[in-house]
Parts: sequence; C-alpha cells; structure tokens
Amino acid sequence: MKFLTLLARNRLALGGGVVMALVVLLALVTPILPLADPDVTDTARRFLPPFSEGALLGTDHLGRDLLSRLLWGTRLSLAVGFAAAISAATIGAAIGIVAGYFGGWLDNVVMRGVDMLMAFPYILLALAIVAALGPGLMNALIAVAAVNVPFFARNIRGITVGLAHREFVDAARLSGLSDTRIILSEVLPNVVPVIVIAMSTTVGWMILETAGLSFLGLGSQPPQADLGSMLGEARAALISHPHTSIVPGAMILIVVMSINLLGDGVRDALDPRLKSGALSRPRAATLVERKGPVPASEGRGLLEVQDLRTEFHVGPRTYRAVGGVSLHVEQGECLGIIGESGSGKSVTALSVMGLVASPPGVITGGAVRVEGEDMIGTPYRRLRDLRGRKVAYIFQDPLATLHPLYRVGDQLVEAIRAHRPIGRAEGRAKAIELLEAVRIPNAAKRISDYPHELSGGMRQRIGIAMALANDPDVIIADEPTTALDVTVQAQILSLLDDLRRSRGLAIVFITHDFGVVAQLCDRVAVMYAGRIVEEGPTASILETPCHPYTARLMACVPELGEGRRRLEAIPGLPPAVDKLPPGCAFADRCAKARAECRQGEIALSRAGPRAVRCLYPETPVMEAAQ
Amino acid sequence: MGGYILKRLVSAIPVLLGITVIVFLIMALIPGDPATAILGSYATPENVAKLNADLGLDKPLVQQYFIWLGNMLTGDFGTSFALNRPVLDEVMERFGATLILAGTAFVLCSLLGVAAGVVSAANQYGAADKAITFTVLLGISIPSFFLGMMMILIFSVQLRWFPVSGMWPIYGARDVWALLDHLILPASALAVVATGVIARLSRSAMLEVLRQDFIRTARAKGVRERGVIWRHALRAAMVSIIPVLGIQAGFVLSGAVYIEIVFQWPGIGRMLVDAILKRDILLVQGGVVVVAACYVMFNIAVDVGQALLDPRIKT
Repeated sequence: MKFLTLLARNRLALGGGVVMALVVLLALVTPILPLADPDVTDTARRFLPPFSEGALLGTDHLGRDLLSRLLWGTRLSLAVGFAAAISAATIGAAIGIVAGYFGGWLDNVVMRGVDMLMAFPYILLALAIVAALGPGLMNALIAVAAVNVPFFARNIRGITVGLAHREFVDAARLSGLSDTRIILSEVLPNVVPVIVIAMSTTVGWMILETAGLSFLGLGSQPPQADLGSMLGEARAALISHPHTSIVPGAMILIVVMSINLLGDGVRDALDPRLKSGALSRPRAATLVERKGPVPASEGRGLLEVQDLRTEFHVGPRTYRAVGGVSLHVEQGECLGIIGESGSGKSVTALSVMGLVASPPGVITGGAVRVEGEDMIGTPYRRLRDLRGRKVAYIFQDPLATLHPLYRVGDQLVEAIRAHRPIGRAEGRAKAIELLEAVRIPNAAKRISDYPHELSGGMRQRIGIAMALANDPDVIIADEPTTALDVTVQAQILSLLDDLRRSRGLAIVFITHDFGVVAQLCDRVAVMYAGRIVEEGPTASILETPCHPYTARLMACVPELGEGRRRLEAIPGLPPAVDKLPPGCAFADRCAKARAECRQGEIALSRAGPRAVRCLYPETPVMEAAQ
Repeated sequence: MGGYILKRLVSAIPVLLGITVIVFLIMALIPGDPATAILGSYATPENVAKLNADLGLDKPLVQQYFIWLGNMLTGDFGTSFALNRPVLDEVMERFGATLILAGTAFVLCSLLGVAAGVVSAANQYGAADKAITFTVLLGISIPSFFLGMMMILIFSVQLRWFPVSGMWPIYGARDVWALLDHLILPASALAVVATGVIARLSRSAMLEVLRQDFIRTARAKGVRERGVIWRHALRAAMVSIIPVLGIQAGFVLSGAVYIEIVFQWPGIGRMLVDAILKRDILLVQGGVVVVAACYVMFNIAVDVGQALLDPRIKT
C-alpha cells in the first residue's frame, strides 16, 4: 500500500502509468471494437492519408486499415514483450536463485556461462538463435527472452548469495526444512522486489527488441503484424507516404516511454536508498537564508563568529544544528571547541566558509567575520577566494578527504594554483617545501605518491601541508587526530603547535577529547546541542569547570596513573536537535536539574574570561574567574 | 602494466572458446539439413549425401567443432554459398564499415552522455537537469530504427542536408568529406539510446561522488566550482562510468544492425540479417564469431583503461 502511495506521488510515473493503462485497455478491447479486418487488402484504397473517410489513420501499401492494424499490432507487441519479460525473469530468477543458494561448483559453472553470454553484444545471440530456429514471432520471443536471461540470473544470484547466509535462512535450515521449502518460503519472498524492479526497467527494452527483430523481418511474418513489422513494411514507402511509418513508430515510442516512466517510478518507490533522498549533491556553498538582522562587528579577533545559526531542513523537519554560537580567535591563539558527536561543533566550523552540505544545510542567522568582513551572504566568488587563502581547513579522515586518484604533490600544487598562478617547477619546489614543513621525510619522493600509498599519519601531514599552502591566517582543524592512533596523534598535535607558534596562526581545534584540548588549546568552548554552554581559558576550566556537562565530560577522560578512578559515561543521550526542549538542553541528563532549568532561555553569564550557560553551576562563574 | 594486459588477454581465451562453442551449438542444433538448404529441395539424395560429406557434416559433433575451430584459427572460415565468396573476406569488409559507423556513434555517445550526466548532476533539480532528464527518457524510449527513419524524413528529405542512405556517393570522390556527409545521420541515430543510458548512469555516478569528503576538501582549498566538478568529481566518477561505456559499446554494436538496415549502410549487421534470411549458416557463424571476438578484445581495452585511470587497481 505504501508502495502504491509512493508511486502515485511521483507525477511522471503516474502519467506513465495512466498512459500505459489506457494502451493496455485498448489492446484488451481491440477484438470487440468495430474495426475493419486488419488483414483485408484493398488495392484501390492504397496509401489513403489519415482522417480519410472510413480510415481514421489512413491505409497502408496494401490498402489495409491502419487504425485496425495499429491496435492489433499493439496488442501483439505488448503480448510478446510481456511474455518475453516474464519468461526471462522467471528463468533468469530460477537460475540465479539456484546458483546463489547452493553456491560451490554449480554457482561457478552457471556464472561462467552467464558471463560468457554477457560477453556477447546481445543482438548477435538473438540473431544466432533466430538463425537457428528460423524467422517467426515465437522464435523472436524466445530469442529476446533468452538474451535477457543472463541479466536476471546475475542480478538475482547476487541478492540470493547475500540472503543464503542470513540468520533466518540458517534457522530454517536447522529446523530441518528442505532446500525447496527454504527457497520458496524464505528466499523467494525477499528477491521478488528485485525481480519486479529488474522487470519494470527491462520490459520496455524487451518490447523494443522484439519490435526490432520484427522490423528486420525476423519476427512476425505477414500478414500478421506487430508494431515492428508494420514499421518494417512501411519503410519502403517512408519518403512517399510517411504516415504509414509514423503511426506504428509513434505507438512504439508511446508504449515504451510510458513503461519506462512507470518503471523508474517503481524502482524509486522500491529502492530505499533513493526513497530517503540521500542522493542529493551539496552545492558549492551553503545556502544562506538569514532571517534576523546581521549583528554588528565587535571587532574581536581575526575570526569572529557571532550568533551563528545553522539548520538542516529535511522534509518537514528542521534540525537546529547550531543555535546561536559566538566565538572568536586571535592571531597565534588556539581555540578548542569540544563536545560529543552531534553537538554542532563540526557544523559550526564548516559554516565559517560555507562548507556545510546544502541541501540540507541552511545558515539562518548570524555573522562570521574574517578581519571584519562578513562571510555569511558574501557572494560565492569572494567566499571561494578566501577559502584556503585566509581560512584553511584540516579534516578528520585524511583517506576520505584527499582525492584518491591524484598524486599528493598535484593536490598540493592545486591548492596553491587555486589562488595564484604557479609554474610547474616552482609548484613542485613549493610542494616539497610544504611537505618538509610538516616533517615528511623524503619529501621529493613522496610528492608522487597516491594517498592510498601513505600511512594515516602521513596522510594527515599532507592534509596539514595542504592547509598551509597559501599561508592562511586561520586554520580550522575538524577532529584532525581522531582517526589516528595515539602516538601519531601526539606527533600531529606537536606539529600543529609548532606551526602555530612559528607562523602566528590562529587555530580553531575541534575535538571531543579533553586530553587534546589540555595539550594544545589556550581557550576552550564547550558545545552541547548546538550551543556553547561554557567558555574560558583551558587551564581555568580544567581546574574549576562550571557547567555540570563540562564536569561530566571531563570525568570521561581517563588519567594516567589513576587507574582506580571509575570512568564515568554520561547517562542518556543528547536531545534530538529537531525536538529541542525549552530551557537547558542538558536538563534531562543533569543530576542537578530543577524546574526552572526547563523553562525559558538560559543566558550565557560572563565573568572575566569565563562564561557559563547554567542556573546552578558547579562553581559560580564569578568564583571560577578568579 | 604489461603483465596485467597479458593476464587479461589470457583470461579472454576461455571466453572466446566459450563463444565459439555457443555459436557452434546453436548452428548445429538447427533443424533440417544445411545441404538441403544449399542445394534446394529438388536435390537428389546422393548429391545431398555427397555435400554433407564435403562439408564434414557426417562426422560426430565434437569432431565437427574441432575441425571448424581449427579451420577458423588458420583463417579459413569457409565459403558463403549465397555469395560464393570466402566468409572471412566478406566479414572483414563488412565489419570495417560497421566499425566506422559504430565507432563514431560510440565516441559521440560517450562524450555527449558523460557531458550531459555531469551537467545534469551539477545542476541537480535545476532547469538543465530536468531538460536533460526528459530528453534522456525520450532518447532511451525511441526505437533507433524509427528515429533513423524520422531523421531521414526531416534532414534528408525535407531539409536536404544529408544524403538519404548509403556509405558513399554513387558518383563523385570517396573522400573523408563524402564519408562524413553519409555518416552523420546514421551515427547520430545510433548514438541516441546509448547517450541516454550513459547520461543517466553518469548523473548518478557524479551525484554519488559529489557527496564525498574529498569534494569538500577541494572546495575548502578554494578550487573553482568548474574544477571541482570537471576535475575532481568527474575524474573519480569515471571509475564507475568506464565499465558502463564498455557495456554500452556492445549495445551500440547491436543497434548498428537496425541502423545499417535503415540507412542501407554496407555493414555486418545487414550482412547477418541477409545471411539468416538466406540460411547462409557459415556466414552467420563467421560474422558472429568475429564480432564477438572483437567485442571481447574491446572490453579488455576498457579494463586496461580502467587500470590506467585508477592507481588503486592492482596491476
């Protein structure tokens, strides 16, 4: 039922379905319609044009009524096409299920055979079969079905192999059911949707193929005519009397197109991956729909984020990933942003240069200032110009974030070339220099490696080198060490620290690890459910955390030499950001929460360098600031 | 790389043998007697028996297969009785014409299909995407032979831009321009369906790639959107587009049969259909084996191209 609703929602598929239903209906009622006999020739009435008296669509080269021949031909073409599709699907599925279910040598032999048949251009096999059996509609049907069997066999086998080792099949086997019973009751129901998808997308093809064989004179034989042979016979009079060709040709087009529309709809409705709309590509820059006024610059820091709001719009739901975040970072300073996954820290970072995937991401408010210039809503060209040149990024998993098919040296040179022209030799020298700056040994050789040829740590160094390529002012590092093992992690952190000191870089470091924050960051901002809940100098926060969440988060970090302390996980889960509660988002997981915590907006209260968003902090913020 | 090519060539041998077995079996299972077909129904039994012996048809099937295979390997594909000419000569001449037609169509559909897919994906749900999607749907739904006929009506008969049919002008020089003049319509008609299929698959391959992290990296570097799409995304998407091109080459070759009939192109498809209608078995066998073998070789070339494009493939 859900399937039908989905299908009906697809307007094109619906249109295709309606046309198809009409054509099928016409084909079904053809025998009872008051039509002229399609095979009666009348040489006196040859080649009558359409809309002639007594012949709505005109007549053909033998004076036969075209309308009548068209309807009878459509009936025949549909019957043959569907018969071919059903036989191919049935035989192919049977072969595929048997091969996939039993596996072993049987599977091997069958699949080699299938590969062999698929190594042919299909028409050769079809022609060979027709050559052997002789021309005729039945033989054309057999040929078309046979040609399509390997396609079904291979598809269904793939699915069956996956099913044959699933728990429910094993369970059925252990309970002593026979193989036949298991195939019929456990395997078949699960492959039927796949068969339906494969059929709905190939039926159009099969109608075309049978029509094609008939067109070649190898299918239906005169006087019987399907749409293909009508077209074949009309070809001789194409130039003098084109209507005899256009009538059957247009009918084939209508039939096949409506089937294809319907087939696409069926596939979309049955394929869960397409259903979720997962296949949409992110645009070049995040969509901006600022609702409120743009906050005026407070002139703090090299990078200043003010009241940033980023949402994800998925269908009717709105996920408030970032709900009014303000941050700033000075030259030579390292700011840590810490939080659990889903707290909005990465989205905050990506929003700075408009890199949040959009759709579904939308920046709905606030400002991001780089040297005072607002990045939100700046034209794409300006944004692109600043990306990598003023503000550069280092991402988490360097295997996924480097292009797999380009040499790392070329990717480095490209980063430079995106902002200024650079010659081949100079580019190479600069790439080597960058690799040396991130302490990659043997840099001259490494530049011609592909990412998959390097270790994780090396790849992350490449990522850092790429970020440094244009001497940016700000580097945003989005969990750059999370995918690395601990020793490599320490190396990368000390590298970043050195680079910051030697180049005066401002670094925004995103992490979920307080240990990393302690090692690298001057200041830290703690995020929860899209907002900053606490902010202040690292040392001060580590000593006296104010927000209960910060305190709990710190308790999650094991400390060396204190093996007996219990590692505390925070009970519960962060709230879903499409259903944020009023008041404090942490209230449900907080031991100290009271009724007031769940009512109304809780402001960030500041005292000196410290700030906290909590009514009942662990330590009063005034006290902590001292 | 040399070793990889060799390995792929060796692995093609069983496929090629399998193809000969399939072709041989289909032909051997033909009901009726080839000798009777050749000599006609008025032949005396003695003549039929003699011809059967001459053709080696009185021997066991397995022996017949190996004789046929051995002859083919030495370049002897037998003689077409209908044309009274060595099969190999006829096949090679016809196949050349088909290669010109199908090759042009293949280049056309690869370039246009990939370009349309890329533009479509880069403007997903935009006007260009919708226009391309609809055109593609129309393209894969129209029978190529009907499209060819309509093209003749419009471009040759009405507009008189191109000749109606054939490969060469009846009078006049047989140069490249004359060939192109005759080639454009049939090659375009042949390319349409494959262009549609390639455009569809390129679009989804591009959409898949555009969501990857390395695309975000390219954007973070400040690479221009044109470079992101055509250099970063397309390069990665080609890895899944190339096999599709290989498969579509087979469809183009298949579609050539119809187009050769419509445009009276002297290619192998027309030859095969004629041979089938005349029950000229040796010619059918020879033609099918040669085309299939070329197609297998082409697919090896596709695999090698794939390996050259993707350094992660172990060669």
